[in-house]
Amino acid sequence: MFVSNDVSTTGTMQKRHIVQPRDAQHPIVLSTEELHVFYGKKEAIYEGDLQFARNQITALIGPSGSGKSTYLRSLNRMNDRIATVTGRIMYRGVDINQSDIDVYEMRRRVGMVFQRPNPFAKSIYDNIAFALRLRGTTDQHELDEIVETSLKQAALWNQVKDDLNKSALALSGGQAQRLCIARAIAVKPDILLLDEPASALDPVSTSQLEDTLLELKKQYTIIIVTHNMQQAGRISEYTAFFNQGRVLEYDTTSHIFTNPQVQITSDYVSGNFG
Amino acid sequence: MNSKTQNKIAIGTLYGVAGLVVLILLALLGYILVSGLPQLSWHFLTAPAKAFLKGGGVGVQLYNSFYLLILAMLISFPIALGAAIYLYEYARDNWVTTTIRTAIEILSSLPSVVVGLFGFLFFVVKLRLGFSILSGAFALTFFNLPLLTRSIEDSLRTIDLSQREGGLALGLSRWETITRVILPAAVPSILTGVILSAGRVFGEAAALIYTAGQSAPALDFTDWNPFNISSPLNPMRPAETLAVHIWKINSEGIMPDAKAISSGSSAVLVLAILLFNFAARYLGKRLYKRLTSA
Ligand SMILES: Nc1ncnc2c1ncn2[C@@H]1O[C@H](COP(=O)(O)OP(=O)(O)OP(=O)(O)O)[C@@H](O)[C@H]1O
Ligand SMILES: [Mg+2]
Repeated sequence: MFVSNDVSTTGTMQKRHIVQPRDAQHPIVLSTEELHVFYGKKEAIYEGDLQFARNQITALIGPSGSGKSTYLRSLNRMNDRIATVTGRIMYRGVDINQSDIDVYEMRRRVGMVFQRPNPFAKSIYDNIAFALRLRGTTDQHELDEIVETSLKQAALWNQVKDDLNKSALALSGGQAQRLCIARAIAVKPDILLLDEPASALDPVSTSQLEDTLLELKKQYTIIIVTHNMQQAGRISEYTAFFNQGRVLEYDTTSHIFTNPQVQITSDYVSGNFG
Repeated sequence: MNSKTQNKIAIGTLYGVAGLVVLILLALLGYILVSGLPQLSWHFLTAPAKAFLKGGGVGVQLYNSFYLLILAMLISFPIALGAAIYLYEYARDNWVTTTIRTAIEILSSLPSVVVGLFGFLFFVVKLRLGFSILSGAFALTFFNLPLLTRSIEDSLRTIDLSQREGGLALGLSRWETITRVILPAAVPSILTGVILSAGRVFGEAAALIYTAGQSAPALDFTDWNPFNISSPLNPMRPAETLAVHIWKINSEGIMPDAKAISSGSSAVLVLAILLFNFAARYLGKRLYKRLTSA
């Protein structure tokens, strides 16, 4: 299905080009419909109707302040109490933007990793295990196993397996970020949201993190905000371009980078923006 | 005058001012310790006071000070913790919280004599608690609550917002995030605040003179039934503390060695408060280290 439309904004015509993923192997697992986000009276997201394909990586790109974080944080209701989010967020047929949704349960299905690594002031082991314990997993063997698998999936196990009882605050930035990923996947989410997870990391850690994400995609649906065009190109199947609170273009990553339909997108991905 | 000499003069002045402050403090401390330390002995620290004869000690007063401190802390800490959590973690900025904050500001700058007189009228007279440890502990709670609340709130503030988001993103409720993530991380700094405020409470006299009273009935340290009048645990007995004792001896002490006892008591008080401060730093650092490295 191909949808290309021109939307009128404050008198001027602004071209938008939206192609939602259609791939039988990777059905849509999450989508937003008529999503609007307001900070007080100020509208930060005007239009953000995107659909996300299962077990794929979708990149959200766009200039600073275009609303990428705002959009991403709305997906697992991290904007509750901060912003007003209207519209529907459909997750496996359920609108999770309803007030009667169990937000805490939902956030365990839709996990999040932040821009700055935020390990807790606990041991490496407890960073991963304590949320599980809180939800009733008390069996030591089971916990050990989950800690080990999550750390392996996050490609951190080999570096920390002898230091599990050491404080997580002593980890390097890249390791800490990987611990945060391990922590997020330990609760067995379905979708993983990442907001510029590599922006505080050096190139080596960044490339390790990308490898990790490519590996994780086999089990999780990943939505990642990034400022790094190469990164989006390397790891994502789909890319959405945000500008001033709107998704101006959404398509497969290769289309966005080789054949963008909207002038601003083209300027942005080629680095001629602004 | 070029900027280099200007800089030198500024730095010199600052050093001078800082040095002066340190000098004054050291002189005070030195004076208290030099005149007080020779008076200290095991007998002085444990014996009961004598009203007319020389050779009395401050054992009961010292004990009273600690007992009152512990009671006051037991009452004020949970309240301050709850208030701080509410104010920092839950309350939105509106007129209610503004009012609470203003009230705390005003309370924290209230002279302790006023707190004492309020305690006298309210706890001693109105609630008929009499001159008692309980009245004193409540007065100290009033005295301590505002600063302790602010100090705990400051401790919570030092924990980054990203820690709270991290907890929420794992599906924890706000309460779980606060109790499992934020409070454990804030413990070292909360503890430091608590011990420092303990030092203030320990040295407080004005708030206690008309609440816990100025007499220290002899205690029977073998009687731990809190309902007996001579029991150290009895919260309804009047209890002169060390700080009040110093004030009292200096204003109306008639024992022949009043001066010596006053010097000795001051030294004990100063030493105790110094100890609190060092303990606060040491424990705070130790705990922080344990949390961050291990
Ligand atoms: N908590 C907030 N309160 C009010 N306005 C906010 C808040 N967070 C973001 N905004 C505003 O919403 C708009 C979108 O911000 P957002 O952080 O989503 O942009 P972004 O695309 O993630 O930018 P960046 O690339 O710099 O992270 C900006 O104008 C920003 O100032
Ligand atoms: Mg952002």
